[in-house]
Amino acid sequence: MNFLDKSIADIHTALVNGDITAEQLTVEAIQNAKENEDKISAFITINEEQAIAEAKKIDEAGIDSNNLLSGIPVALKDNLLTKDILTTAGSKMLYNFKPIIDATVVQKLNKLGAISIGKTNMDEFAMGGSTETSAMKITKNPWNLSKVPGGSSGGSAAAVAAGDVLSALGSDTGGSIRQPAAFNGIVGMKPTYGRVSRWGLIAFASSFDQVGPLTRNVYDNALVLNAISGRDEHDMTSSDQEVPDFTKDIKAGVKGMKIGLPKEYLGEGIDEEVKQAILKAADIYRKLGAEVEEVSLPHNKYGVAAYYIIAPSEASSNLQRFDGIRYGYRAKDAKNLEKLYVKSRSEGFGDEVKRRIMLGTYSLSAGSYDAYFKKAAEIRTLIINDFKKVFKDYDLIMTPTTPTPAFGIGEENDDPLTMYMNDALTIPANMAGLPGMSVPAGFSKDGMPIGMQLLARHFDETSIYKAGYAFEQNTDFHKQTPKMGGAK
Amino acid sequence: MSNRITKEQVEHVASLAKLELSEKQLPYFTEQLSNIMGLFESFEEVDTSNIEPTFNVTDQINTMREDVADNWNEKEALLQNAPDVADDLIRTPTIIDESED
Repeated sequence: MNFLDKSIADIHTALVNGDITAEQLTVEAIQNAKENEDKISAFITINEEQAIAEAKKIDEAGIDSNNLLSGIPVALKDNLLTKDILTTAGSKMLYNFKPIIDATVVQKLNKLGAISIGKTNMDEFAMGGSTETSAMKITKNPWNLSKVPGGSSGGSAAAVAAGDVLSALGSDTGGSIRQPAAFNGIVGMKPTYGRVSRWGLIAFASSFDQVGPLTRNVYDNALVLNAISGRDEHDMTSSDQEVPDFTKDIKAGVKGMKIGLPKEYLGEGIDEEVKQAILKAADIYRKLGAEVEEVSLPHNKYGVAAYYIIAPSEASSNLQRFDGIRYGYRAKDAKNLEKLYVKSRSEGFGDEVKRRIMLGTYSLSAGSYDAYFKKAAEIRTLIINDFKKVFKDYDLIMTPTTPTPAFGIGEENDDPLTMYMNDALTIPANMAGLPGMSVPAGFSKDGMPIGMQLLARHFDETSIYKAGYAFEQNTDFHKQTPKMGGAK
Repeated sequence: MSNRITKEQVEHVASLAKLELSEKQLPYFTEQLSNIMGLFESFEEVDTSNIEPTFNVTDQINTMREDVADNWNEKEALLQNAPDVADDLIRTPTIIDESED
């Protein structure tokens, strides 16, 4: 069974009515995912045995009619720790690593009876925007198999877009949920920093990283965010703010909402088809009773530069733990401890990870700290101030999610700088810790999806879901399904 | 091409990060890092005097918990992840081996 035309509520009803058992559903989902693997290569690991065993337990206990996630097949990005299940973060460094714990978000989904059918491919340690830096495999975009799925949560996005699962979790440090969601024509939410626990997420840049859901529709997305949100004593930065039911007012509409359309996000470097899609979306919101007005975020253009100092700096520190001693890859024939560290890291990390470790190490080093790291952190403050100013008068900000639709596999591999610019529109939300979601907003002439990004104030995911839902109900982009064609 | 960073600096940074680059990799990474650092030249346009840096965006301040020891009893599972184990301990090469370098 594939889930292309179904919602979590549809499948839940079928489970409650006994039209299908959780076990049958899991078996069919895995079979479908395996067939799709030949084309899209979304998974690093498929947990066949464990998933079916869990589904049997759900059937024995009976489907809880009040719990929509009971028995629902999901997938997890491979940087989320899963007890006894291979967790590689897309790196040779962790090619054989089996964690002894489940990440908090994984525990929460398991407790509700969601069935994880597998771990999805990703850019190595979430560093990349195309899933091509994975040491494991190249994931393809279900809309055109010669295009990238985006990244770094490319496997999660492709698995949802292809109908393998109803939802997958991803992580977003500079756009790694929203950008692949846009490239795959699905919905991807990066929650407010602190909304979701990061415990058990393999750290990339700790002041930016957030876990969030990818789904085929807005309502399902809100359901999954309900399940994974909340304070966790294991993550000191997780917030004790109350978690509302994100589905409660989702159908309330956008009448009277004030939406800002930043002029900097529709200028130079933005593909004309993408720009037109967003201007059309603005008209739809106006027709639905929202006020849409041009606003300005003048320092956002420095976001990419500041990000590529701060994120690699945090990464260079976080990735020091991979030393070949306690777990993961260890180089052979190292005669002393120093050589063991150096050889294990040099052989275990790929080029993009090395670039970022070196960039971060340089930015933090004595002679560069003030000119690079500190300056970038000050620019971060200016970006935050830009948002504060706009959010005094506006409930939401709408922008394109990405400057262009998905590009071709191999096209931007040798040019890190071009690859980095793909994140220009998503990075500022991570800089400020704001929630942001990508929703399907159109297609290019050659049939590739275009995403719209909605941003809101801290902890106001509710407004994003309301506006995302209203847009979805008045458009049919989310009803299109990928053709899995276009392979060479 | 621009040289915002020299080969010697890249080699030094790599060694600080416990990485080694081959003769072929060194010019490759030097050129790429130099290109990326071109991005940072835009910082000169931005006046940040009197602007405080932001290092994190959490709304939590001073999170406290009881300081208690906890034993997860997961020794076996942990050791299974170790590349080399002897007598229930993780084995590493000798720290200083004078026969090498």
